[in-house]
Amino acid sequence: MITFIPRDKVSKNWLIIAPILSIVFTIFFGLLIFTFLGYNPVETLYQIFVSPFSRIDRISDILVKACPLIIIGTGLMLCFKSNVWNIGAEGQFIMGALLAGFIALSFPNIETKFFLLITIIAGFVGGALWAFIPAILKTKLNVNEILVSLMLVYVAMLFIDFIVRGPLRDPMSFGFPLSKPYPEGALINKIPFPGIGFLGQLHYGIFFVFLLIPLSWIFVNKTLSGFKINVLGSAPQAAKFAGFKQDSITITVLLLSGGLAGVAGVIEVSANIGQLQPEVSFGYGFTAIIVAFLGRLNPVGILFAGIIIATVKLGADNAQMTMGIPKVVTGLFEGILLFFLLTGETLQKYKVKWSKGKK
Amino acid sequence: MRNIIIIIGVLVIGTVGYLFYQDKAKVPVADKESSATKVGFVYLTTPGDHGWTYAHELGKQMVEKHFGNDVKTSIVENVPEGPDATRVIRELANQGNEIIFTTSFGYMDPTLKVAKEFPDVKFEHITGYKRSSNVATGNIRFYEGRYIQGVVAGLMTKTNKIGYIGAYPIAEVIMGINAFAQGLRSVNKDATISVIWANTWYDPVKEADAAKVHIAEGADVLAQHTDSPAMLQIAEKEGALGFGQSTDMSAFAPKAQLFASINNWGPYYIKKIEALRNGKWSTGDGPDHWAGNVWGGLKSDMLLISKFQNMPDNVAKKAQETLDGLKNGSINIFAGPLVDNTGKEIIPAGKSLDDGALWGMNYYLQGVDGKVPG
Repeated sequence: MITFIPRDKVSKNWLIIAPILSIVFTIFFGLLIFTFLGYNPVETLYQIFVSPFSRIDRISDILVKACPLIIIGTGLMLCFKSNVWNIGAEGQFIMGALLAGFIALSFPNIETKFFLLITIIAGFVGGALWAFIPAILKTKLNVNEILVSLMLVYVAMLFIDFIVRGPLRDPMSFGFPLSKPYPEGALINKIPFPGIGFLGQLHYGIFFVFLLIPLSWIFVNKTLSGFKINVLGSAPQAAKFAGFKQDSITITVLLLSGGLAGVAGVIEVSANIGQLQPEVSFGYGFTAIIVAFLGRLNPVGILFAGIIIATVKLGADNAQMTMGIPKVVTGLFEGILLFFLLTGETLQKYKVKWSKGKK
Repeated sequence: MRNIIIIIGVLVIGTVGYLFYQDKAKVPVADKESSATKVGFVYLTTPGDHGWTYAHELGKQMVEKHFGNDVKTSIVENVPEGPDATRVIRELANQGNEIIFTTSFGYMDPTLKVAKEFPDVKFEHITGYKRSSNVATGNIRFYEGRYIQGVVAGLMTKTNKIGYIGAYPIAEVIMGINAFAQGLRSVNKDATISVIWANTWYDPVKEADAAKVHIAEGADVLAQHTDSPAMLQIAEKEGALGFGQSTDMSAFAPKAQLFASINNWGPYYIKKIEALRNGKWSTGDGPDHWAGNVWGGLKSDMLLISKFQNMPDNVAKKAQETLDGLKNGSINIFAGPLVDNTGKEIIPAGKSLDDGALWGMNYYLQGVDGKVPG
């Protein structure tokens, strides 16, 4: 039997040593695996960790990739902090994108960029409504929110699939399941840099991240609602005695995280795709769960966690392009990285006790 | 605590030492073999050992074999059809690839976007319909193989029920079903095709379910326009017959596969790379309707037919005759009179559908049950 016993006090030293140790272990096992498989291990590590930073447009690619992860992760942070397990951000992302897309496609000639405000609000509403279903079922009927939110992901996937094949299909798409292109007013443009032009796909949506991180930090640390969320998560009994309304907190965090996932969906589609298609998310909603925990449920941490995950993903592509390393190998390495980072995190907080279990 | 410090120490020293050793031992790689043409490929999935992407991987291997050191290929696999595709294609262009093959329909807009930024790089998009001065497209006449499948199915079926698994109800797939029906009815007017739409190109579970439904409803020959060997594996188990898709799948179903239509991209890749190296690359060969600059089939060996097996000699002989007929042009699959399955005449006798009309197909011909969804 292995039991995890919470430590009375988290050592200050270990806060620093643990992540370093995690990275040393990761690199060590990475070297071992890459050498064993016959790839130059130093070159591989360079491709995965350093090459994504080696050119300015590659750095902008990291930001683009991290953008939805950070936005969704920040929303999930609120849920996880208050012990509400929203696993369905992927579905909320899709429904946000879909509602915003529906509104965008209803005004085919709109050009003013103020229209974006409307689509982003629509995205928030779409995602929040989708998260409201598990919220209401949890608070009224005590239905497990993990199952409901997760299963609604598949409903959302099938729903967008149906919509782009049927009602919103572009008649000019030769039968392919694609909507019409968005009007100019619903597109998020790439950022032009004087003298350089565009940097990869870097778009204005990234400013939302820079706005969101400080705002969410203030919300969590400086407001009463944030305080309630923290207490509810870390000491549910205390929250009860203090008279915090658990149900309203549950509903609030689910609506906020669903809404943020929806906004991420709008930004991703409006900036990078420009029309609705059967697949708009590619697993961002699930990856963001890792991002939230890797960032220790802290907005600044989530910013960095999003960047780390995006870097490794891009690095894996680079490693394949330059060295022909299959994605399964780099995926394995990514798994090792996450395993050690989360292990380090856990062991900081818990002691492990080995005992002979009695059946 | 002390133990932990020792472990950390050993790991750090070991790692650092190894890194230094590696750095010293690193053989300087010749950065640019100046004569080698750099060729990039973008794959939708991991190639694996069957199906669409594997067929492209085999094509890439033919390129490597043909050009040897004159060509340096790089691939990126598992690229979703969205923003990631744009980034990956741009990165391949940035790394100096001179010609880039993007091997899935959904890469169409990403390919065009990047092509605009790199006017000197050539792009070949597989099965799209949008082109530009440096984006050409390529496609295979898959429907020709399906006509032969129809002939064989018509001779092999005992229940006169054919089960067909479609991917998406798009022209590409519908023309395949109709070609199959034409082949079927050329030998067996009583047999009919029922179609189940899987709404996916690749999902072994859904494909297997669809195959089970077809067999439960009495079909004894199955055909598919999806990518996994799941259908054939079910057929093998249930004692039914079927056809392989994209690559030879007889290893998955040695008793059930009658033959497979094989996508042979290699010659097309080689031709376009050759043209690039001679400075003669263009988007201009082939008909310029949206089906593709290059739309080759059995005649140009872009579509191959695997060994005829699990069928009596007379059926194999008929199949071979059909194959020869398609190759020498004596068989015209979509020759009039053509009647759709509601009895409406499509074209009268003496005429035949041209390529453009194939890409406008949104109806079933005689021999297919039901109607096209949407």
